[in-house]
Amino acid sequence: MSANPTLAPSEGREGWAAILQQAAQEVFELMLSCPLTVPTEAVDGPELDITSMVGLAGLLCGIISMRCTAKSAGAMASAMLGMDVASDSPEMWDAVGEICNMIAGNFKNKVPGLGDGCMLSVPTVISGESYRMHSMADAGVIHVVLLFKGDPIALTLEVHS
Amino acid sequence: MDNIRVLIVDDSSVMRKIVERSLRQAGLSISQVLEAGNGAEALGTCKETKVDLILCDINMPVMDGLEFVKSLAGVENNKGTPVVMITTEGSEGHVVQALAAGARGYIRKPFTPDQVKEHVLPVLAGKP
Repeated sequence: MSANPTLAPSEGREGWAAILQQAAQEVFELMLSCPLTVPTEAVDGPELDITSMVGLAGLLCGIISMRCTAKSAGAMASAMLGMDVASDSPEMWDAVGEICNMIAGNFKNKVPGLGDGCMLSVPTVISGESYRMHSMADAGVIHVVLLFKGDPIALTLEVHS
Repeated sequence: MDNIRVLIVDDSSVMRKIVERSLRQAGLSISQVLEAGNGAEALGTCKETKVDLILCDINMPVMDGLEFVKSLAGVENNKGTPVVMITTEGSEGHVVQALAAGARGYIRKPFTPDQVKEHVLPVLAGKP
């Protein structure tokens, strides 16, 4: 796995950013047949106006979210289903929610001890940029940016104590 | 086994389509695919219709996959119908729980069509 310059390690969880990256890369390779690439420099790209989120409860409490553009979301759904999927269609919402769900599941299964002790919520998907999320995260945030067909997707793990 | 009737249970319609595609890529001859969005819907379908194979998620609203598998034992129409779990819950503990509940196979998401083939064909052939 190559080093990702956007990884920002949090105290005590340095390995988790790499695990989150690997979890996402596996989901995209296996389910979308599309690699997620590692940016070679800091990404300053388009507004990411689609957000999918999955809650974590149990040994680890928090939220895993994936943000991307509507164009990327449509492309992800199309790759997953093997057919053209319009942006803003029910299939697109479903697909990005399910991708986030698989990333969250794959992540927790890779962190020793979390597989059995951490439950996942059903995914939620939000569109638009005009919202402010007031997270209860008080035990660290892990942020990973990867490129899907050249466009950024941002993965975030917000940890509650 | 030819012309089987399959029930796919997942709260994601996209995932149900992907599972169906993977089953067809595995070479299964499928006569009918039935779908359900949660365990309760799936139980209703199973009371009405005999199916040959069930692929079932675990984390779903209303009734989860483990509860569905346990309840299926009481459905006369589908006693003994093999259930393969297909889920993001990949820990050994979840596998043990699912098999204890009555599931015959376990596939972790994300998965490849080959993994679906590898897990489903032995189950259909009646192998442990």
